[in-house]
Amino acid sequence: MATTASINWVAIDADPRFQRLHAKKTAFLTWLMIFSIVYYFLLPIGAAYFTDLFRMKVFGVVNFGLLFALSEFVVAWGIAGYYTVKAKEFDAMAQELINDAHRIGA
Amino acid sequence: MNANFRNKLLLAGMALLLPVVSTSVFAQGAVPEKFKWLSFIVFGSIIALTMYVTYIAAKRVKTASDFYTAGGGVTGVQNGWAIAGDYLSAASFLGIAGLISQWGYDGFMYSVGWLVAYITVLLVMAEPCRNIGKYTLADILAYRNDPKKTRIVGALSVVTVSTFYLIAQMVGGGVLVKTLIGIDYEISVIAVGVVMLAYVLFGGMVATTWVQIIKAALLVTASIVMVVLVWSQYGFFGDFLSAVVGDPKVQARVAAILGDAAKNMSTEELGQRFLEPGLLFKAPIDQISLGMALVFGTAGMPHILMRFFTVPNAQEARKSVVWAMAIIGGFYVLTLFLGMGAAMKVGPTAITAVDAGGNMANPLLAQALGGGADSMLGNFMMAFVAAVAFATIVAVVAGLVLAAASAMAHDLYVGVIRGDHATQAEQVKAARIATVVFGGTAIVLGIAAKGQNVAHLVALAFAVASSANFPCVFLTLFWRRCNTGGIMAGMILGTVTAIGLVLVSPNMTYPLAVRAAQEKVIKAQGDKLAKLEADLANASDDAARAKIAADIEKAAKARAGAEKKIEDLNGATTSMVGLEKPLFELKNPGLISIPLGFLAVILGSLLYRDKRAEDMWDELYVRQNTGILAAKAAAH
Repeated sequence: MATTASINWVAIDADPRFQRLHAKKTAFLTWLMIFSIVYYFLLPIGAAYFTDLFRMKVFGVVNFGLLFALSEFVVAWGIAGYYTVKAKEFDAMAQELINDAHRIGA
Repeated sequence: MNANFRNKLLLAGMALLLPVVSTSVFAQGAVPEKFKWLSFIVFGSIIALTMYVTYIAAKRVKTASDFYTAGGGVTGVQNGWAIAGDYLSAASFLGIAGLISQWGYDGFMYSVGWLVAYITVLLVMAEPCRNIGKYTLADILAYRNDPKKTRIVGALSVVTVSTFYLIAQMVGGGVLVKTLIGIDYEISVIAVGVVMLAYVLFGGMVATTWVQIIKAALLVTASIVMVVLVWSQYGFFGDFLSAVVGDPKVQARVAAILGDAAKNMSTEELGQRFLEPGLLFKAPIDQISLGMALVFGTAGMPHILMRFFTVPNAQEARKSVVWAMAIIGGFYVLTLFLGMGAAMKVGPTAITAVDAGGNMANPLLAQALGGGADSMLGNFMMAFVAAVAFATIVAVVAGLVLAAASAMAHDLYVGVIRGDHATQAEQVKAARIATVVFGGTAIVLGIAAKGQNVAHLVALAFAVASSANFPCVFLTLFWRRCNTGGIMAGMILGTVTAIGLVLVSPNMTYPLAVRAAQEKVIKAQGDKLAKLEADLANASDDAARAKIAADIEKAAKARAGAEKKIEDLNGATTSMVGLEKPLFELKNPGLISIPLGFLAVILGSLLYRDKRAEDMWDELYVRQNTGILAAKAAAH
């Protein structure tokens, strides 16, 4: 069984494959996180300051505010789905590093 | 613990519970007296099922890893259901449906943040924590920072958050069981505590996980059945909402909320207003502050974080959050129809007549859907919903007790006092002792807090989790310069600011404001009484007299209630911390305390030199991103 001491962590950190994984993941997660927070806070802000828009009927008695609140759920699930697909790429990149962990910098 | 002894203890626990359930004193509850037996059959079946699961699970708990994390052998799908079971508290099941039944759109808007919170959990917490963590939140902090110091502050914060949240759950649970089936408050709290202790003590995380899965499945089943019944009566989406707008009970409720403003509105406009924002929430800043506490606090909740150590790898951790989001989100969407369905089928006023907070919307809706208060099916459905609510509280409380016990036993006792040297048997024993201590404390605090307003305790739990736990764990995982100094500063300042701001916030009871409000009630009811007395003297026939007499009794009762509330203040003029009015207008301190928590970690780290935190960075960062050696943490 491998131990933490038998792996050269500094070398893996410096490995271009890890750097690529790190850069891609950081950029992706940062933007997705910012988007999700902004989209979420649009709901209380809209409900408070854009009341005419939120009260506007779209069809029947259904108004924009109701559809927007429901879209929060769809968007949250969409983000989860999008991340699940995208994470497979990160998994593949990480797997290469896991396989080579003992050889890098040894 | 040998098997024989364990079985005896389990039997003793169940024997203790029986008299609690069968000989308790009944007040009136929402379930009518002649159908009480139905409640006990349903409650009994659910408790028996979970106890059987605990009995099976108890055989599998041999090591510390089994007790804290079910040996890391939970699948992603199972964990997703367990997270939903851990998270959806009675406040979600009963509280949000109640809010929607009373306030329409604003109640639904309130539910959104509780789902969005999981995006943070999914994107930044679940996988890194799984890759480097072992059993507890402090394990992550101790990985690169000074283990003893960070374990102490980490464990203290975990115990603080768990205690606040736990008291809120225990008090809520006691009130709920009392309202539903009329068992005394104290006995209800003891029943919740004893059942929960049986799960955690004997079955550890294995039993807790299955209890949470069973509870989530029951919750979802009950909600789906009720929503299908509601739709079958009022139609799906558009037709359903048209029915809401056209409902006279809903229109009357909106007219009552709006007061004078409703004078020139048509009935249709009143109904439509129920689907528009602004009936409940006036200050958007409160919503934003609460939203921040949810979005960052959920990811810092120790009982949620702990669930990610139960799966074998980061992929399963990810899958479990996605499942949890599907279940939790789906549940809140159904709640929209349950809450508005209850507003039509039962009526907002009839709901608050049973429980002022509106928490009885779902149980009363179940009763109405099944045929009403006199029908067997109606009361069976209500009993089922009541039992699901009970299972809900017990499952959430079990998760919290396990998280707090792990902090006390694993971080403080084994980690700090024993310097990480303890055999598996000693570790499991310590975990079980901590469980009994914390579980017992929970029961005592639950009883002591009888009649207290505990809503601010939930705000407090999320405030501390988002202002102390989250910045510390997040920056430990993602910021190279983070170190022991930052963690100490962040944990302490985050916790103190969050608690301090809640203590001076509008959440506390301000005697002067209470007195002013109640004096208004006394005056209004006094005027009404005088008018009614005059009417009574002029009444022409017995029927009118009887009606007026009933109104007089009602007004006198309302006046006595208000007088009692003033009397309960015992002449106090200031809040718990000596304030006449709130110093700080936000109900939730997140907007201020979260940035302060982050700032404290950053400044603390910059002002402190810690060679170990720097040396360990590469190892931590590579491991949290790739999962190299992650399987090892789960091996035992």
